[in-house]
Amino acid sequence: MTVTAPTDTMRDRFERVTTGLLEENPRLAVVLAEIGVAGFARTMRRYPDRVINVGIREQLMISVASGLALTGLRSIAHSYTPFLVERAFEQVKLDLAHQGVGAVLVSIGASYDWPEGGLTHQAPEDVALLGSLPDMEIHVPGHPDEAEALLRFAIGGDGSAYLRLSAQVNAEPMPITPGRFHVVRRGFAATVIAVGPMLDRVNEAAHDLDVTILYATTVVPFDADTLRAELTAPSVILVEPYLQGTSAHRVSDALRDTPHRLLSIGVPRVELRRYGSPEEHDAAHGLDVAGLRDRIGRFVRSDR
Amino acid sequence: MTDAIAAPAATPLDYHDLPHLIGLMTGDEKHAVSADSTLDVLWVLYSRVLNVTPATADDPDRDRFLLSKGHGPMSYYAVLAARGFIPVDALSTFGAFDSMLGHHPDRTLIRGVEISSGSLGHGLPIGVGVALGLQAQARDGRVVVLVGDAELDEGTNHEAIALAGRLGLERLTVVAIDNRSATHGWPGAIAARFEVEGWASATVDGRDHDALETAFNAAPVGRPMVVVTVVEEGS
Repeated sequence: MTVTAPTDTMRDRFERVTTGLLEENPRLAVVLAEIGVAGFARTMRRYPDRVINVGIREQLMISVASGLALTGLRSIAHSYTPFLVERAFEQVKLDLAHQGVGAVLVSIGASYDWPEGGLTHQAPEDVALLGSLPDMEIHVPGHPDEAEALLRFAIGGDGSAYLRLSAQVNAEPMPITPGRFHVVRRGFAATVIAVGPMLDRVNEAAHDLDVTILYATTVVPFDADTLRAELTAPSVILVEPYLQGTSAHRVSDALRDTPHRLLSIGVPRVELRRYGSPEEHDAAHGLDVAGLRDRIGRFVRSDR
Repeated sequence: MTDAIAAPAATPLDYHDLPHLIGLMTGDEKHAVSADSTLDVLWVLYSRVLNVTPATADDPDRDRFLLSKGHGPMSYYAVLAARGFIPVDALSTFGAFDSMLGHHPDRTLIRGVEISSGSLGHGLPIGVGVALGLQAQARDGRVVVLVGDAELDEGTNHEAIALAGRLGLERLTVVAIDNRSATHGWPGAIAARFEVEGWASATVDGRDHDALETAFNAAPVGRPMVVVTVVEEGS
């Protein structure tokens, strides 16, 4: 497989698109907690009332986003994943969801994007945590083009949404529709749901397997209709770039009237006290092509 | 907002009606002293200071009051009922399954309630955001947040106090009810904690209506203000 990296990162695209939207939309505001300030420096000078750096105060960042929303603004809160999601989780729950207002939460630093940073800068639990809240849409793009499409979609709404940006990307964008799974190919032995940055690896790992591959860039709401419509065998393999099994209950709920078996692949519940590269962590967790091929292949063959 | 939001009461009542209104609410007696500590402050705010009525509760230029200390909201509900935001009849449903009035306020159920509160340390940070949002949209309206002295133990308040001071949020006023209920206290007084971050401050008798009104209307230029209202210890 020939892999050509996208010309920009998801983070680059987020900053560029958001800067443009701030000019177009006077009701849009961005709240930062120091991280990301450099990317918005010029915009911050131009719109000091709508691009707000609260300092290294992530809980306040979410509360301020809530307060802005209470006055009618559409706010984006942006930071590194563990600080945006884990440190400020009660603020997301109470200051946004419980108040009945929404904001768009945009993270960088997905799972182990920065393995040299260790666990303090890793949060593969992010989607599981935010998925426990009501009315929180969750988008997991696999390419900067998809990140832009999902960002625009999220900002256009008025509820809360989580946009999970990652340094790990697929080589080419897919023609996605927010909220829907994209059918990459059809087969008859099993259905593989590849989430966001896992698609290229899944395609390569399963290239000679007779499986359907669905590509998910929105996991909440979960596109149960497409899963049911495309199911050709009672075997489902869920491949997620974050905590293993995060969406397993959503698969089970979608197929509650269909006897099926499910293999959940993702980041295991262990602390891997290693640094190195994301690729080395992928391999350690069985999330590289070889690991995926081994697990997907064995699961598919065991159904015969 | 939901269908459960109440219609305004027909006839505003008076300060002297508040004890009776509070008496209609039972089931949260453990927070009765907490409620009592806020009574006079709430009455002065709603009767003399805040530019908001049931008719203007959705006006984008209204004044906003955020009850951060959501425990013991009986005084709050009584004042809202007396001022016509919620029907007096609702008070006796306090805490019932289908009541709009929980033991912590829910803004989606009660007209005129700006934030849902209960977990301490949320109202002031949200209030900073509300003040910034009004400023960004060149709206009128001030933002008044009520906190308790013990609530100030929560670190989130200090994130907000620091930022509001640095940004000079002059439309933001904090009312700190000081009934010395913080276990470890505030050596050097609560006001000093705000002043060091650039806030204006006043410390007044929390039962003196005229003094409260004067303090709330002080309107410092270029910086936020804290009004520390001293009430009886443990009240």
